[in-house]
Amino acid sequence: MSGILVIAEQRRGELRPISLELITAAQGLRRAGDEVAIAVLSDSPESFSGSLSLAGVDEIVTVKTAAPEFDPDTFESAVGALIAKRAPDVVLVAHSVDSFGYAAALAARLGLGFATDVFDARRIDGELVATRGGYGQKVHVEVDFPGRSTVLLAIRGNVFKPPESPATPKVSAFDAPPAQSRSTGREFIELSAGDDVDMTAAEFILTIGRGIGEEAKVPQFRELAEAIGATLGCSRPIADAGWLPKSRQVGQSGKTASACKLYIAMGVSGAIQHLAGMKHVSTIVAVNTDAEASIFGVAKYGIVGDIFEIADELRKHF
Amino acid sequence: MKILVAVKQVAALDEDFEMRDDGRDIDPDFFIRDLNEWDDFSLEEAVKIKESSAEPVEVVAVSVGTDEVDESLRKCLAKGADRAVRVWDAAVEGSDSIAIARILAAVAKREAPDMLFAGVQSSDQSFASTGIATAAFLGWPHAAVVSNLNYSPGTKSAVFRRELEGGMLHEVEIQCPAVLTIQLGINTPRYASLRSIKQAAAKPIEVLSPADVGLAAAHVGETGSSSRVRRMFVPDKGRAQLIAGDAAQQAARLAEIIKEFKGASA
Repeated sequence: MSGILVIAEQRRGELRPISLELITAAQGLRRAGDEVAIAVLSDSPESFSGSLSLAGVDEIVTVKTAAPEFDPDTFESAVGALIAKRAPDVVLVAHSVDSFGYAAALAARLGLGFATDVFDARRIDGELVATRGGYGQKVHVEVDFPGRSTVLLAIRGNVFKPPESPATPKVSAFDAPPAQSRSTGREFIELSAGDDVDMTAAEFILTIGRGIGEEAKVPQFRELAEAIGATLGCSRPIADAGWLPKSRQVGQSGKTASACKLYIAMGVSGAIQHLAGMKHVSTIVAVNTDAEASIFGVAKYGIVGDIFEIADELRKHF
Repeated sequence: MKILVAVKQVAALDEDFEMRDDGRDIDPDFFIRDLNEWDDFSLEEAVKIKESSAEPVEVVAVSVGTDEVDESLRKCLAKGADRAVRVWDAAVEGSDSIAIARILAAVAKREAPDMLFAGVQSSDQSFASTGIATAAFLGWPHAAVVSNLNYSPGTKSAVFRRELEGGMLHEVEIQCPAVLTIQLGINTPRYASLRSIKQAAAKPIEVLSPADVGLAAAHVGETGSSSRVRRMFVPDKGRAQLIAGDAAQQAARLAEIIKEFKGASA
């Protein structure tokens, strides 16, 4: 058998953007005659057909589930049944919180080839080769999957551009076997945490990271941000420590700096999860004592130096 | 009652690191080893549950690796684990997250805990898959990226919040025993006191081979893995344009950049 099976991701009735990026990732793996099918699991999967009717999709597979939202047992069972029926060469899922909850279990149970956080996948001499990061993204790692007829890849977000042209793929329904779910989703909770700042709307952000060292240093950066007219943001460790509210956290599990045009990162090392929320910003200035910090890999300008000295000097200009 | 906590000793790279001769990994001489940051939180979560439980709870740390890993296991013991288990022999070399998960599951079958915690991911290879694959080998319910947990040992279910993307949480109830992967920030990991570090030195670390937990050599290492490293390399990365000078000069240039931005957006 052959072909590429893409698993779309939806939450609360909305397709997550990564779903479309996966369609583009699939194109690079097509061989002659390969079809790309995208499966969407939901209690009303047909509602997503319109937004998935895009160039590069040959077939949309709707899979009706009992619960409206993600549940690991349901997904494992349904995607497992899809793989058994279609025997695809490659299955693409998002490297996302939902996939963290079931993809590895599926790979382990079905004996699939498996790699996560993949940002490049191609065939080299007919062999599927996936590239991911290693050692805090300091190196790239190429992996292959000897002897595996089906390979499951979890693809990193914001790497592949979503397709734009519409198309008219065929739509089919897949009857997933009933799944015995051992967990029950309750409600969704939006984090607001008593701060009315909207990081997604801010055009100019000054972000502080682990490099500030102690909570007592937060006020001076708050004051600096105010003086230069920036919105104060932070990386995960600062929010986890409770030094700034969670609503100011930029990154995968925090906010995306969607409207930002100038982003100054002080004492932020640049974990991949943080970069996910800001690497698209056109002008990033990174200030860090460690010249090897990954933040310098995405920044336009870099200052290797002490953030407190730079902050003090910068303050004099405003 | 028992909680098993799967931990990993991770490696950060020293400056000017070099590749291993076969080009498939870094020369271990350049590794700076430590307990995985996520695992510090999952261990703390287990110890907190133990401390607040009316029933006696044993916290067992388990890891896969060479005797270098004992240092991280001692850290777990100093922070409140009651004992530690380490699995290793030469056949384990080259294991990916799935092969490691198979070993962890075999240990879990032997230990029969009421709950198993693992970190969401490791800071070095960031697979984000070992804990959940372990659950699959055990056939246990599982959930990933738990950022808040309400669990009393001995009860048949736990309630937790999954931390989703974009500042959203999802509350879920799960049947126990289960495997939960624990997110950063779920608690505030303690520092080990000098006294507890001393006491940890006397606590046992049991060392087992895959065979001891019922696994054939073919189930671990490269043959038991779902992927194989072809090569590792340092990417040509985009580099920031560095602003030279002393702090005053660097800050002056940064002030210019800010003023240019403000002029353009005004």
